[in-house]
Amino acid sequence: MSMSHSDHPHDHDHEHGSDLSPTAARVKALETVLTQKGLIDPAAIDAIVETYETKVGPRNGAQVVATAWLDPDFRGWLARDATAAIASLGYSGRQGEHMQAVFNASGQHNLIVCTLCSCYPWTVLGLPPVWYKAPPYRSRATIDPRSVLAEFGLTLPLSTKIRVWDSTAELRYLVVPERPDGTDGWSRDELAKLVTRDSMIGTGLAKSPTSKEARP
Amino acid sequence: MNGPQDLGGQMGFGAIAPEPNEPIFHAAWERRALGVTLAAGAMGHWPGDEGRFTRESLHPVDYLSSSYYEIWLKALEKLLIRHGFVTRDELVAGRALTKGTTPKRVLAADAVAATLAKGSRYDRPIEAAAKFAPGQAVRTIHDHPSGHTRLPRYARGKHGRIEAVHGGFVFPDSNALGRGEQPQRLYTVVFHGPELWGRDCDPGLEVSIDAWESYLEPV
Repeated sequence: MSMSHSDHPHDHDHEHGSDLSPTAARVKALETVLTQKGLIDPAAIDAIVETYETKVGPRNGAQVVATAWLDPDFRGWLARDATAAIASLGYSGRQGEHMQAVFNASGQHNLIVCTLCSCYPWTVLGLPPVWYKAPPYRSRATIDPRSVLAEFGLTLPLSTKIRVWDSTAELRYLVVPERPDGTDGWSRDELAKLVTRDSMIGTGLAKSPTSKEARP
Repeated sequence: MNGPQDLGGQMGFGAIAPEPNEPIFHAAWERRALGVTLAAGAMGHWPGDEGRFTRESLHPVDYLSSSYYEIWLKALEKLLIRHGFVTRDELVAGRALTKGTTPKRVLAADAVAATLAKGSRYDRPIEAAAKFAPGQAVRTIHDHPSGHTRLPRYARGKHGRIEAVHGGFVFPDSNALGRGEQPQRLYTVVFHGPELWGRDCDPGLEVSIDAWESYLEPV
């Protein structure tokens, strides 16, 4: 399957001069034509890229989750109207216009997928990872989620029910993982460090305060 | 359409292989492909639904052997040609040769932050009362439209239950084909795993989709 990053390694170091890979050259040609015709502003492209490299990412979602762990009122608001609750923390916009939060609980685990394309809550998680957009995850998440989770190192007890949310419309889902034990008295920023991107997709859990593993 | 994008339940694609500490982009051209796709979309000449339909209309071999940014790139070229902004000759030459369609607007650098922070909402006012109520049993239709649909094959002709009743949303099946937004009410419909996948399925599994009203029939 060639949608994995490891299958197009030649693009990495061939981004300039005559060493452009065919795809890089194709993108460059497209951008050049559009710029010459006044259809795009290259500085706007820079600004878009900068937004998703530096401003919008899973740190945002981690703040949402940590706030929900600390503040029952916020948690209730997040359950009723996730778009407004998330916007109150400053996170709103493209691919987060219609948010829904889903809550893990004892015996209940949630997993998000988009089997038809790559729908993902950009405002709280940033751009989706390659695996989220690729056929292995999209094909298996709804039919065999336990094997999917196992690949992420997560084996849930059989008594834990799994709910898979296929993002077929414009609702964008955020999983609120369970708060780890041993975090009483922690601040929002301390708690947010335990909230991984994968825990907000459902392919992981929040990190334990004693854990040294650091899957992003 | 029953295209290569409709992946739920297909087999043989192998390991997911999550990448530890995955970079946001894997090549410089991916940055530009993202930015150009968003900036071109901001001209306002095609809806996101048409963009999705264009991507899934790539030949299945092409779709399945392309990375996701390559899929975006190939579809964007088709959209720009279809709407008269560029020609195939220009893309081959790498320079402008014709005038082409005049854009409704061009995204300026100083408007990017506000544009991305605003997004574009897809909910629409709808007058008709909801046809289905929370908890109600429904069955999905099992048509196979050649146009765009957001009802995946694995969830067609299946019995489920209405879990949530939402408001009106732009209907992708018409909007993708240039037939207008024709908003319909949206529902979250949950299915028991074995209803979708048969006897080998984890009996505790539940899967939900978000379904427009015309995807559903009363039982």
